[in-house]
Amino acid sequence: MANTYTLIEGKTLGSNIASVTFTSIPQTYTDLLVKISTRQTTAAVFGIVKLNVNSTSTNQTYRAIFGDGSSATSNNSTTIYVGPGVGANATANTFSNMELYLPNYTSTSIYKSISINGAGETNATEAYLNLTAGLKSENTAITSLQFICDGSDNYVTNSTFYLYGISNS
Amino acid sequence: MAAGSTYTPITTTTLGSAQSSVTFSSFSGYTDLVIVCANLKNAVQQTPFMQFNSDTGTNYSSTWIAGNGSSASSSKLSNSSSGILIGDYNIGMSSTIPSTAIIQIQNYSNTTTYKSTLGRYNLTTTEVYAIAGLWRSTSAITSIALNAGGSSNWSSGATFTLYGILAA
Repeated sequence: MANTYTLIEGKTLGSNIASVTFTSIPQTYTDLLVKISTRQTTAAVFGIVKLNVNSTSTNQTYRAIFGDGSSATSNNSTTIYVGPGVGANATANTFSNMELYLPNYTSTSIYKSISINGAGETNATEAYLNLTAGLKSENTAITSLQFICDGSDNYVTNSTFYLYGISNS
Repeated sequence: MAAGSTYTPITTTTLGSAQSSVTFSSFSGYTDLVIVCANLKNAVQQTPFMQFNSDTGTNYSSTWIAGNGSSASSSKLSNSSSGILIGDYNIGMSSTIPSTAIIQIQNYSNTTTYKSTLGRYNLTTTEVYAIAGLWRSTSAITSIALNAGGSSNWSSGATFTLYGILAA
Protein backbone atom coordinates (compact mmCIF):
# COMPACT_ATOMS: atom_id res chain seq x y z
CA MET A 1 0.00 0.00 0.00
CA ALA A 2 1.07 3.54 -0.56
CA ASN A 3 2.74 5.30 2.31
CA THR A 4 0.68 8.48 2.16
CA TYR A 5 0.25 9.43 5.82
CA THR A 6 3.81 10.37 6.59
CA LEU A 7 5.33 11.91 9.68
CA ILE A 8 7.34 14.92 8.53
CA GLU A 9 8.44 16.10 11.94
CA GLY A 10 7.54 15.57 15.58
CA LYS A 11 8.44 17.79 18.52
CA THR A 12 8.16 16.82 22.17
CA LEU A 13 9.10 19.72 24.40
CA GLY A 14 11.89 19.13 26.89
CA SER A 15 11.52 22.58 28.45
CA ASN A 16 9.07 25.45 28.48
CA ILE A 17 8.95 27.45 25.26
CA ALA A 18 6.80 30.28 23.88
CA SER A 19 6.28 28.99 20.34
CA VAL A 20 6.86 25.97 18.14
CA THR A 21 7.59 26.31 14.43
CA PHE A 22 7.71 23.85 11.56
CA THR A 23 9.93 25.36 8.87
CA SER A 24 11.02 24.31 5.39
CA ILE A 25 7.91 22.17 5.05
CA PRO A 26 8.42 19.82 2.06
CA GLN A 27 6.32 20.74 -0.96
CA THR A 28 5.88 17.11 -1.96
CA TYR A 29 2.55 16.26 -0.35
CA THR A 30 -1.03 17.16 -1.21
CA ASP A 31 -2.29 18.13 2.24
CA LEU A 32 -0.86 18.69 5.72
CA LEU A 33 -2.13 17.42 9.05
CA VAL A 34 -0.97 18.71 12.44
CA LYS A 35 -1.74 17.07 15.77
CA ILE A 36 -1.04 19.02 18.95
CA SER A 37 -1.20 18.20 22.66
CA THR A 38 -0.37 21.12 24.94
CA ARG A 39 -0.40 22.54 28.40
CA GLN A 40 0.83 26.06 29.06
CA THR A 41 1.88 28.38 31.85
CA THR A 42 -1.15 30.66 31.51
CA ALA A 43 -2.49 31.66 34.95
CA ALA A 44 -6.00 30.46 34.07
CA VAL A 45 -7.84 27.25 33.28
CA PHE A 46 -7.30 27.84 29.56
CA GLY A 47 -4.94 29.91 27.48
CA ILE A 48 -4.85 30.39 23.73
CA VAL A 49 -2.86 28.76 20.95
CA LYS A 50 -2.47 31.00 17.90
CA LEU A 51 -1.23 30.19 14.39
CA ASN A 52 0.99 32.17 12.06
CA VAL A 53 1.26 30.81 8.52
CA ASN A 54 4.50 31.59 6.68
CA SER A 55 5.84 33.55 9.65
CA THR A 56 3.25 36.33 9.64
CA SER A 57 -0.15 37.03 11.15
CA THR A 58 -1.24 39.19 8.23
CA ASN A 59 -4.08 38.24 5.90
CA GLN A 60 -5.41 35.70 8.37
CA THR A 61 -8.99 35.26 9.53
CA TYR A 62 -10.99 32.64 11.31
CA ARG A 63 -14.58 31.73 12.07
CA ALA A 64 -15.48 29.26 14.80
CA ILE A 65 -18.07 27.58 16.95
CA PHE A 66 -17.28 27.20 20.65
CA GLY A 67 -18.77 25.04 23.37
CA ASP A 68 -17.86 25.45 27.02
CA GLY A 69 -19.98 22.74 28.59
CA SER A 70 -23.02 24.95 29.10
CA SER A 71 -23.59 26.94 25.91
CA ALA A 72 -22.48 27.33 22.31
CA THR A 73 -21.28 30.55 20.72
CA SER A 74 -19.62 31.67 17.50
CA ASN A 75 -17.20 34.43 16.65
CA ASN A 76 -14.67 35.57 14.09
CA SER A 77 -11.36 37.40 14.19
CA THR A 78 -8.31 38.43 12.19
CA THR A 79 -6.22 36.10 14.34
CA ILE A 80 -6.33 32.34 13.81
CA TYR A 81 -7.01 30.77 17.21
CA VAL A 82 -6.16 27.09 16.98
CA GLY A 83 -7.67 26.08 20.27
CA PRO A 84 -7.41 26.02 24.02
CA GLY A 85 -4.11 25.47 25.73
CA VAL A 86 -4.84 23.93 29.10
CA GLY A 87 -3.48 26.43 31.62
CA ALA A 88 -1.78 26.36 34.99
CA ASN A 89 -5.06 26.52 36.91
CA ALA A 90 -6.53 23.46 35.20
CA THR A 91 -6.64 19.94 36.62
CA ALA A 92 -3.12 18.61 37.02
CA ASN A 93 -1.68 16.46 34.24
CA THR A 94 -4.40 17.41 31.73
CA PHE A 95 -3.45 18.52 28.24
CA SER A 96 -5.53 19.94 25.39
CA ASN A 97 -5.81 18.42 21.92
CA MET A 98 -5.90 20.11 18.54
CA GLU A 99 -5.93 18.89 14.96
CA LEU A 100 -5.43 21.00 11.86
CA TYR A 101 -6.00 19.92 8.23
CA LEU A 102 -4.55 22.06 5.45
CA PRO A 103 -5.61 20.92 1.95
CA ASN A 104 -3.68 21.92 -1.17
CA TYR A 105 -1.04 23.74 0.84
CA THR A 106 1.37 23.98 -2.11
CA SER A 107 -1.07 25.76 -4.40
CA THR A 108 -0.04 29.16 -5.71
CA SER A 109 -3.41 29.99 -7.20
CA ILE A 110 -5.85 29.84 -4.28
CA TYR A 111 -6.04 31.12 -0.72
CA LYS A 112 -5.36 28.53 1.98
CA SER A 113 -8.19 27.03 3.99
CA ILE A 114 -7.47 25.43 7.36
CA SER A 115 -9.89 23.10 9.13
CA ILE A 116 -9.31 22.96 12.90
CA ASN A 117 -10.77 20.96 15.78
CA GLY A 118 -9.65 21.85 19.31
CA ALA A 119 -10.63 20.55 22.73
CA GLY A 120 -9.75 20.97 26.38
CA GLU A 121 -11.44 18.58 28.78
CA THR A 122 -10.26 18.66 32.40
CA ASN A 123 -13.06 17.01 34.39
CA ALA A 124 -13.94 20.43 35.78
CA THR A 125 -16.73 22.95 35.32
CA GLU A 126 -14.93 24.82 32.60
CA ALA A 127 -14.32 23.00 29.33
CA TYR A 128 -13.57 24.15 25.84
CA LEU A 129 -14.34 22.82 22.36
CA ASN A 130 -13.85 24.65 19.10
CA LEU A 131 -14.58 23.88 15.45
CA THR A 132 -12.76 26.42 13.34
CA ALA A 133 -12.41 27.51 9.74
CA GLY A 134 -9.16 29.38 9.23
CA LEU A 135 -8.06 31.26 6.15
CA LYS A 136 -4.75 32.65 4.93
CA SER A 137 -5.73 35.06 2.18
CA GLU A 138 -2.57 34.61 0.16
CA ASN A 139 -1.78 32.50 -2.89
CA THR A 140 1.71 31.66 -1.62
CA ALA A 141 2.48 28.02 -0.84
CA ILE A 142 2.68 27.21 2.86
CA THR A 143 6.28 26.64 3.93
CA SER A 144 6.08 27.24 7.66
CA LEU A 145 3.61 26.94 10.53
CA GLN A 146 4.19 28.64 13.87
CA PHE A 147 2.12 27.86 16.97
CA ILE A 148 2.34 30.67 19.50
CA CYS A 149 1.36 30.84 23.14
CA ASP A 150 -0.67 33.98 23.72
CA GLY A 151 0.91 36.81 25.72
CA SER A 152 4.05 35.92 27.64
CA ASP A 153 2.97 32.33 28.28
CA ASN A 154 4.94 29.21 27.44
CA TYR A 155 4.12 25.67 26.41
CA VAL A 156 5.27 23.31 29.12
CA THR A 157 7.45 20.22 29.02
CA ASN A 158 5.87 17.17 27.35
CA SER A 159 3.66 19.22 25.05
CA THR A 160 3.78 17.59 21.60
CA PHE A 161 3.48 18.83 18.03
CA TYR A 162 3.37 16.44 15.07
CA LEU A 163 3.31 17.41 11.39
CA TYR A 164 2.15 14.83 8.82
CA GLY A 165 2.07 14.90 5.04
CA ILE A 166 -0.90 13.44 3.17
CA SER A 167 -0.53 12.43 -0.48
CA ASN A 168 -3.43 11.73 -2.80
CA SER A 169 -1.45 9.33 -4.97
CA MET B 1 -4.05 6.63 13.71
CA ALA B 2 -0.71 5.06 13.00
CA ALA B 3 1.41 6.64 10.34
CA GLY B 4 1.99 4.65 7.20
CA SER B 5 0.04 2.18 5.17
CA THR B 6 -3.47 2.47 6.58
CA TYR B 7 -4.29 5.86 5.07
CA THR B 8 -4.39 4.97 1.41
CA PRO B 9 -5.41 7.26 -1.44
CA ILE B 10 -7.96 5.36 -3.52
CA THR B 11 -8.77 7.93 -6.13
CA THR B 12 -8.61 11.67 -6.68
CA THR B 13 -10.44 13.91 -9.11
CA THR B 14 -9.69 17.48 -10.09
CA LEU B 15 -12.48 18.90 -12.17
CA GLY B 16 -11.36 20.26 -15.51
CA SER B 17 -14.81 21.65 -16.12
CA ALA B 18 -17.98 22.21 -14.14
CA GLN B 19 -20.08 19.14 -13.40
CA SER B 20 -23.09 18.42 -11.24
CA SER B 21 -21.82 15.34 -9.42
CA VAL B 22 -18.66 13.39 -8.56
CA THR B 23 -19.01 9.65 -7.94
CA PHE B 24 -16.65 7.17 -6.27
CA SER B 25 -17.49 3.57 -7.08
CA SER B 26 -14.48 1.34 -6.46
CA PHE B 27 -13.17 1.19 -2.89
CA SER B 28 -13.28 -2.30 -1.46
CA GLY B 29 -11.00 -3.71 1.22
CA TYR B 30 -10.96 -0.96 3.85
CA THR B 31 -12.61 -0.40 7.23
CA ASP B 32 -13.48 3.29 6.98
CA LEU B 33 -13.39 5.96 4.30
CA VAL B 34 -12.33 9.60 4.36
CA ILE B 35 -13.28 12.08 1.65
CA VAL B 36 -11.43 15.38 1.35
CA CYS B 37 -13.03 17.97 -0.93
CA ALA B 38 -11.25 21.26 -1.49
CA ASN B 39 -11.78 24.46 -3.40
CA LEU B 40 -15.47 23.77 -3.54
CA LYS B 41 -17.63 26.28 -5.34
CA ASN B 42 -21.16 25.97 -6.54
CA ALA B 43 -22.15 27.64 -9.77
CA VAL B 44 -25.47 28.68 -8.29
CA GLN B 45 -26.74 28.63 -4.73
CA GLN B 46 -27.91 25.12 -3.99
CA THR B 47 -27.46 22.74 -1.07
CA PRO B 48 -24.99 19.90 -1.77
CA PHE B 49 -25.74 16.35 -0.67
CA MET B 50 -24.06 12.95 -0.57
CA GLN B 51 -25.92 9.82 -1.72
CA PHE B 52 -24.96 6.18 -1.38
CA ASN B 53 -25.58 3.36 -3.87
CA SER B 54 -27.78 5.66 -6.00
CA ASP B 55 -30.46 5.38 -3.32
CA THR B 56 -33.08 8.12 -3.79
CA GLY B 57 -35.41 6.87 -1.06
CA THR B 58 -36.19 8.86 2.06
CA ASN B 59 -33.42 7.08 3.95
CA TYR B 60 -31.07 9.90 4.85
CA SER B 61 -30.90 12.23 7.83
CA SER B 62 -28.49 14.93 8.97
CA THR B 63 -27.99 16.88 12.20
CA TRP B 64 -25.62 19.80 12.34
CA ILE B 65 -24.14 22.57 14.43
CA ALA B 66 -23.09 25.74 12.68
CA GLY B 67 -21.45 29.04 13.51
CA ASN B 68 -21.47 32.15 11.35
CA GLY B 69 -19.01 34.20 13.33
CA SER B 70 -21.60 35.82 15.59
CA SER B 71 -23.97 33.08 16.71
CA ALA B 72 -24.18 29.30 16.90
CA SER B 73 -27.12 27.21 15.76
CA SER B 74 -28.18 23.61 15.33
CA SER B 75 -30.80 21.95 13.17
CA LYS B 76 -31.58 18.69 11.42
CA LEU B 77 -33.08 17.23 8.28
CA SER B 78 -34.89 13.90 8.59
CA ASN B 79 -36.21 11.43 6.02
CA SER B 80 -34.45 13.15 3.18
CA SER B 81 -34.30 11.60 -0.28
CA SER B 82 -31.60 14.03 -1.40
CA GLY B 83 -28.90 12.51 0.76
CA ILE B 84 -26.72 13.55 3.67
CA LEU B 85 -26.02 17.26 3.83
CA ILE B 86 -22.41 18.11 2.94
CA GLY B 87 -22.47 21.88 3.29
CA ASP B 88 -24.59 24.97 3.05
CA TYR B 89 -26.34 26.32 -0.02
CA ASN B 90 -23.69 28.95 -0.58
CA ILE B 91 -20.69 26.70 -0.21
CA GLY B 92 -17.56 28.33 -1.59
CA MET B 93 -19.09 31.19 -3.52
CA SER B 94 -15.69 32.71 -4.22
CA SER B 95 -13.30 31.62 -6.95
CA THR B 96 -10.24 32.44 -4.85
CA ILE B 97 -11.31 31.52 -1.33
CA PRO B 98 -11.50 27.74 -0.99
CA SER B 99 -14.05 25.87 1.02
CA THR B 100 -13.22 22.50 2.47
CA ALA B 101 -15.21 19.39 3.33
CA ILE B 102 -13.73 16.45 5.24
CA ILE B 103 -16.11 13.50 5.58
CA GLN B 104 -15.56 10.29 7.55
CA ILE B 105 -17.64 7.21 6.74
CA GLN B 106 -17.34 4.47 9.33
CA ASN B 107 -17.70 0.72 8.72
CA TYR B 108 -18.99 1.37 5.23
CA SER B 109 -18.88 -2.25 4.10
CA ASN B 110 -20.77 -3.92 6.93
CA THR B 111 -24.16 -5.45 6.15
CA THR B 112 -25.69 -5.43 9.63
CA THR B 113 -25.92 -1.77 10.66
CA TYR B 114 -27.04 1.55 9.25
CA LYS B 115 -24.20 3.78 8.06
CA SER B 116 -23.10 6.88 9.94
CA THR B 117 -20.93 9.74 8.80
CA LEU B 118 -19.20 12.69 10.41
CA GLY B 119 -18.35 15.75 8.38
CA ARG B 120 -16.60 19.06 8.87
CA TYR B 121 -17.40 21.82 6.42
CA ASN B 122 -15.66 25.15 6.28
CA LEU B 123 -17.18 27.96 4.29
CA THR B 124 -14.23 29.97 5.37
CA THR B 125 -15.63 33.47 5.04
CA THR B 126 -19.16 32.72 6.12
CA GLU B 127 -19.78 29.63 8.26
CA VAL B 128 -18.28 26.58 9.89
CA TYR B 129 -20.21 23.30 10.22
CA ALA B 130 -20.05 19.89 11.83
CA ILE B 131 -22.63 17.47 10.46
CA ALA B 132 -23.60 13.99 11.62
CA GLY B 133 -25.20 11.93 8.87
CA LEU B 134 -27.08 8.66 8.72
CA TRP B 135 -28.07 6.38 5.86
CA ARG B 136 -30.72 3.93 7.03
CA SER B 137 -29.57 0.93 5.06
CA THR B 138 -27.75 -2.25 5.99
CA SER B 139 -26.31 -2.56 2.51
CA ALA B 140 -22.59 -2.16 2.09
CA ILE B 141 -21.74 1.17 0.50
CA THR B 142 -20.50 0.52 -3.01
CA SER B 143 -20.84 3.97 -4.54
CA ILE B 144 -20.75 7.53 -3.23
CA ALA B 145 -22.16 10.46 -5.16
CA LEU B 146 -21.30 14.02 -4.14
CA ASN B 147 -24.01 16.13 -5.72
CA ALA B 148 -23.72 19.91 -6.06
CA GLY B 149 -27.48 20.04 -5.65
CA GLY B 150 -30.44 21.17 -7.71
CA SER B 151 -29.35 22.70 -10.99
CA SER B 152 -25.91 23.63 -9.67
CA ASN B 153 -22.49 22.34 -10.67
CA TRP B 154 -19.19 21.94 -8.86
CA SER B 155 -16.87 24.39 -10.52
CA SER B 156 -13.71 23.67 -12.44
CA GLY B 157 -10.67 23.20 -10.20
CA ALA B 158 -12.47 21.54 -7.30
CA THR B 159 -10.62 18.50 -5.95
CA PHE B 160 -12.19 15.35 -4.49
CA THR B 161 -10.00 12.66 -2.91
CA LEU B 162 -11.11 9.35 -1.39
CA TYR B 163 -8.89 7.66 1.21
CA GLY B 164 -9.24 4.19 2.67
CA ILE B 165 -8.57 3.51 6.35
CA LEU B 166 -7.65 -0.02 7.36
CA ALA B 167 -8.14 -1.06 10.97
CA ALA B 168 -5.57 -3.81 10.83
